[in-house]
Amino acid sequence: MKFLNNMTLGQYVPVDSQIHSLDPRSKIIATIVCLTGVFLVREPYGFLSWGLFFVLIVSVSRLPGSLIISSSRPVWILIAFTSVIHLFFTKGVPVFSWGILEITREGLDMAVRMGLRLLMLVLFAGFLTLTTSPTELADGLESLFSPLKRFGFPAHELAMMMTIALRFIPTLLNETERIMKAQIARGADLDRGGPLRRLRAFIPVLVPLFVIVFQRADDLATAMEARNYTGGEGRTRMYPLRWSVTDSGVLMLTLLFAIAVSLLEKRLMP
Amino acid sequence: MTGDCLGRFSKVSFSYPESSEPAIVDIDLDIRKGEWIAVLGSNGSGKSTLAKHLNALLVPTQGDCFVGGLNTRSDEGRREARRTVSMVFQNPENQIIAAVVEEDVAFGPENLGLAPEEIRERVRWALEISGLEKMSRKPVYALSGGQKQRLAVAGAIAQRPPCLVMDEATTMLDPRGRQDLMDVLAALHSEGMTLVTITHRLEEILLCDSCVVLSRGKICWRGTPGDLFLLGPRIDEWGLEAPAIVREWKILVDRGLIGPGTMPLIGDMVEALCQ
Repeated sequence: MKFLNNMTLGQYVPVDSQIHSLDPRSKIIATIVCLTGVFLVREPYGFLSWGLFFVLIVSVSRLPGSLIISSSRPVWILIAFTSVIHLFFTKGVPVFSWGILEITREGLDMAVRMGLRLLMLVLFAGFLTLTTSPTELADGLESLFSPLKRFGFPAHELAMMMTIALRFIPTLLNETERIMKAQIARGADLDRGGPLRRLRAFIPVLVPLFVIVFQRADDLATAMEARNYTGGEGRTRMYPLRWSVTDSGVLMLTLLFAIAVSLLEKRLMP
Repeated sequence: MTGDCLGRFSKVSFSYPESSEPAIVDIDLDIRKGEWIAVLGSNGSGKSTLAKHLNALLVPTQGDCFVGGLNTRSDEGRREARRTVSMVFQNPENQIIAAVVEEDVAFGPENLGLAPEEIRERVRWALEISGLEKMSRKPVYALSGGQKQRLAVAGAIAQRPPCLVMDEATTMLDPRGRQDLMDVLAALHSEGMTLVTITHRLEEILLCDSCVVLSRGKICWRGTPGDLFLLGPRIDEWGLEAPAIVREWKILVDRGLIGPGTMPLIGDMVEALCQ
């Protein structure tokens, strides 16, 4: 059950770096640019370019590489699963066959591409949450969505929900681990058997977890009310968002890089 | 309501919708400005229900609760109650909203619509008095249980309320964490803050000016902590347990080794025990 302790997905790591001190809005837009770029990439040069770009921004952020790797750990299974599906179910020129299983050249190609693409998407999205606190992220999103407020879009409410969800990830992971240990101590076997049996064994963990989540939500609402929270109207911020020249520069460079990679791919494509 | 009265309960009764029994019955209580009052009682005695009336989280089913001279039934009274009284609850995990220490402390002042400089100043003050000033940029998940509870206190006092209610806030702390929190409370009291401690641990009321005991939703006793300890076995009837030193003193009194009537000094007790 140790894996739950190692999950850092969505957890902010405060470090004094230039990336951390950027306006959250510029980081959110830059991340969207990166994700779009990674999504469109097809050739090895493109993946290599985005990979080097990621290494560069990680080094500027001063976050340890091991932390970046561990932050993507929860989705490794999903990435592996997607790659395997593409490996065996893509039609094309066979390179290996064993019974009904057949690996094609196109399948191999797709498996590597999809695996790399998913991994990079997770890494870029994770990098945003590692370098931006949930409150900053929520403030940034609220600000970006604020033009939609006039059409009744609940920008503040969505941002607050996201802040709380991110804040409670570690708490709920600890809670899950505690319940799992309690069930194991009472004879539950969560690690053996096929997927269906494991899923069934997990129900006694999920039921108390849901009860706890609702109880916590109720207590949290009371605590927020006691601290004068009445919604977004009239709220101020300890650090008001400030868009600087650096933010414009970072965003422009990211955009130029994405365009450059895209053009390079088009020129090198046969 | 007199000028030095911060909160007043006037014949307050409250019943939860799901319960046929009232949680508190006919409560008459004044909380004076600058006072440190303890509300004692066993589980289910109604002490948390009483506390939630001060912050207008609950409104009386019968009777009236006044905070800052305003009835908490009115919108204005509710706003005044929220401004005047801050609360710290039992489990810090359920009252910390932000993921970073200073951002959580800022949550209350931000809700009050204060200027950024004022918020930063209040956050700095609250973190300093709670002994968390070196952890301002730490993620909340990296704090110990005691530090989280001190963070909850910092979040509550950053709103600069005239009154702080601690609703069994030491229950989940170890002795060291409890002592640290009591030190924070003593510092706040010395700055003139009105404190209401809700507890069933009698060790925590030694610094209080006065205390009331609740049993089955009714106030069954009121006086000073010293007077309470003199009651001896009656304390047990209310589901409370006297501190070890008071229990020892009772044994010495029962054996005739020390005179009854007043709380002895530690030195007298040691002498009596040596005999």
